[in-house]
Order: sequence, then C-alpha cells, then structure tokens
Amino acid sequence: MSMPFYVSPEQVMADKAEFARKGISRGKSIVALEHQGGVLMMAENATKLNKIGEIYDRLAYCGVGKFSEFDQLRKVGVRFADTTGYAYSREDVRGRSLANAFSQVIGDVFTQQIKPLELEIIVAEVGDDRYEDHKANSLYRIKYDGFISDHPGFVAIGGNVEEVESVLENDYREAMPAGEAAQLGLRALSAGAERSSELDAGGLEVCLLDRERTGRKFCRLSADEVQGMLDGS
Amino acid sequence: MPVQGNYQGSSFFELLQVDHPQLAPDLSAWGESAAALRPESVPHGTTVLTMKFGDGVLVAGDRLATAGHSVASRDVVKVFETDPYSVMAISGAAGPCIEMARVLSVELEHYEKLEGAPLELEGKANKLSQMIRANLPAAMQGLAVVPLFAGFDTRRKTGRLWKFDITGGRYEEGEFDATGSGGLYARESLKHGWHADLSRDDAVKVAVQALTAAAEEDRATGGVDLQRGIFPIIKVCDQNGHSDASEEEIAAVYQSILDARAAGGNL
Repeated sequence: MSMPFYVSPEQVMADKAEFARKGISRGKSIVALEHQGGVLMMAENATKLNKIGEIYDRLAYCGVGKFSEFDQLRKVGVRFADTTGYAYSREDVRGRSLANAFSQVIGDVFTQQIKPLELEIIVAEVGDDRYEDHKANSLYRIKYDGFISDHPGFVAIGGNVEEVESVLENDYREAMPAGEAAQLGLRALSAGAERSSELDAGGLEVCLLDRERTGRKFCRLSADEVQGMLDGS
Repeated sequence: MPVQGNYQGSSFFELLQVDHPQLAPDLSAWGESAAALRPESVPHGTTVLTMKFGDGVLVAGDRLATAGHSVASRDVVKVFETDPYSVMAISGAAGPCIEMARVLSVELEHYEKLEGAPLELEGKANKLSQMIRANLPAAMQGLAVVPLFAGFDTRRKTGRLWKFDITGGRYEEGEFDATGSGGLYARESLKHGWHADLSRDDAVKVAVQALTAAAEEDRATGGVDLQRGIFPIIKVCDQNGHSDASEEEIAAVYQSILDARAAGGNL
C-alpha cells in the first residue's frame, strides 16, 4: 500500500480558497444597497439567466460565480424559507437564520468536499414597519468558504469587488431616494466592469425589495423601468 | 447539511411528503383514525359558489361551520386567495379543507419562485386535483374535501372555474357552480339570476341572493347576519387580480332583498 503524500490542512484550505476565488473573480459584480424605499439589487447581467431571485416575503438572494451552483443554492433557500413559513408563520422567516443556513451549507461543502462551491452570495432582507423589532434592513454576504458577514448600508460581490466597493464607500449615504441609489449602483458597477463600452439599462438586472408593498415585497424591474429609475422619474 | 433534503423538484406538496413528512398534511393517515371518529364531531363548511361574469370570476362563501347539528363557528373563512389570479373555496371537513388551501397557496408561490414563472391557471387546477386525490382515503371516512377553484386566465383573458369530486375528478364549468350542503339551493338561485355578461356589481347581487336562498333552505348555511355584523366573503378576480366586495356593499344588497320581501315580493 502506498502512502499518500502528507499535505497540511493549511495548504488544503489555501488551495481550495485559491480555486474558488479564481472561479468567482471571472464573474461580473452585483451590488445591493439600502435606500429610502427598501433594498435595491443591481447586477451587470444582460442574459436571461437571473442572478437575483426572490426567496420569501422580505428576502432576496443574489449570487455570483458558477451559475448552476448558486442557482441550486437559491432553490435550497426557497425550500428552506417556504418550509419554515409553512411550519410556523410567514413572519418567522428571517434573514439571519436563512443567511446562517446558507453559511453552514457552503462551509460544509468547503471543508468536506474536494471541490468547494465557486460562488459568493448576498442575502438581503427589507424591514417591515408593522413590527418594532423587524424595522431594520439587513444585508449579509456569504463567501465560498461559508464566511458570513453583515453589511449596513451596502454590499458588493463578484469579480472586481474592490473597485465597486470604493465607489459605494465614497458616495453612499443613508436613506437616499431610489433613483439616486440606482445611479450610484450603476456607477459602482461601471467602475468594476472590464468592458470599454458603457453599461446601460439593457445590460442590467435590477430587483427591489419594496418596503411599501404588502406580502411579497420582491419585484423585478423591466429595462424600461430601470431606465425610468436612472432618469429619476 | 440541515437545510438540504433529497427532493429536487418544484412542488412544495411533494417536498413536504419527501423531506418533511412530519409537516405534510398526510390526510390518508387521518382517514384511518377517522374510522373511530364521528364525522359530526368535526366542523364542516357548508355553502360556497362561483360564477363567471363579464370581466372575470366571482367566488363567494357563507361563514358558518357546523359539527353535526351544532354551530362550530359563525365566522369561519372558506374563500381563499391562492395567488394573485386564483381563488379557492372550500366545503367539507373544515380542518383538511383549510390546510389544503394553505398548502396550495404555498405550492403556487413555491413553483413560481423556483421556476421563474407562475403556473398556468389550468396547471393550478390540476395541482389541486392531485391533492384532493391524495385525500381519498380520508374522504371515504367522511372527511371529504370538495372545493371550487376559479381564477382569471391571464393568457386567454377570461375567467375560468372548476369543480371537483372527492376522487380528484376535475370538471371545468362554463357558467357557475355551487357546492356544500346548501349548494343545491344556491345553484337553483344562480340558474335564475345568472347571465354571461353580468357586470361586477350585478354579479355580487346574484351571489348574495344565491347565498340568502341557500341559508333559507339549508339550516347549515349562514347567509348574512346583520345582528352580529357577519357577512359572506365575496371575492372577485379579473385582469387586475383580486378585490373583495365590501361589507357595506353586501349589506346594501341584502337590505334590498329584505325590502323587496317586506313589500310582499320574494327573492
């Protein structure tokens, strides 16, 4: 029997992280930012394969990396949320527990499987004015190794995330109007985009968690609606 | 992995059965225990009706639930919005009925979120029929679920409605239907008042008349209770989605029926 070479755990983890980062850095970016009327999510995505999706009444999901992997994970999230809401009540489905569940799944794959998940995700939760302790919005980012962090105000994931984040850090302010938030999102994504051509409404996927809606607060905007929002109307 | 199960499809009903059997409304299990259970000890919902009208469909139900010869509840809800363009009305054993409406509404939302597009109206009716079929063993013990399903078909731009039997048989109706203990009387009334081009307001009138007729002939049907301020639930579904007939509107229609009667007329 041949002895396998000894590889230190540090090396294994570093190799896996390197592999996952490589997969993610090829992808385009997504930003999520709070504004006056809720949470806005914007992705550079001209395809019909959505990177932003609805999870539950007040919860949305954004994923970058390998489409099949983050879309599969989105479905796991929908199943988790719908089952929780059915077993308890709709108000019991909360962003933090969903984000923790995602973090656990991604972390388990990272440590136990040979190939880690090549993805990075955002869980966005919009506040509900009816309940004193549900009023705040939340944005969670979960990385390929299951590392979870929460980000007041804004968060970005994807390829050139440093450039995107630096624009957000400079220009983000609390309770901005939705139109301004959309313009800021576009500026941030443009800073990270590698293409020389400018980003426009047709090349964006934009979704909202709209505080004003009752029930399911998620909505997907058409290219015309995105243009209208960017024009400030 | 705590949140990852074995089921990979898009149906919430099947997800419960495969991965969360403790949550699944396994109605067939109720069937076995129902053998020892007297059906009259379980609350039953009574009269619900649905009809097409000019712009869409209307679904209405009284508020009474009975257990044998007793009143179980005076203000039970039997008409449910299952998604923005469909409504389900239930008659039969109230517990399994209400649970089925709940599972169906999660089912439709679940499918839409996973697949990125809602089911067609016919697909929704078909799904309900499968759930009723799964309830057959319980139905044989007296815990039948006999719903009506109606909605606005956004592709065909028309209202459509279905009735079901306890085996899951699904029958599309072209005009109107009513079910439950007072269903026969409600249907007779609808037969006289219904017209394909009814306006929304007239459809509400015809519905209140039909429920009143059912309440007068069938002791298990509630009708309008002005003393307690309990009104039937009337939901309208058209191309703009749902709306409810207000209590004021129903009260006014009912008052006109009472006035006509006081003047020596009939319904």
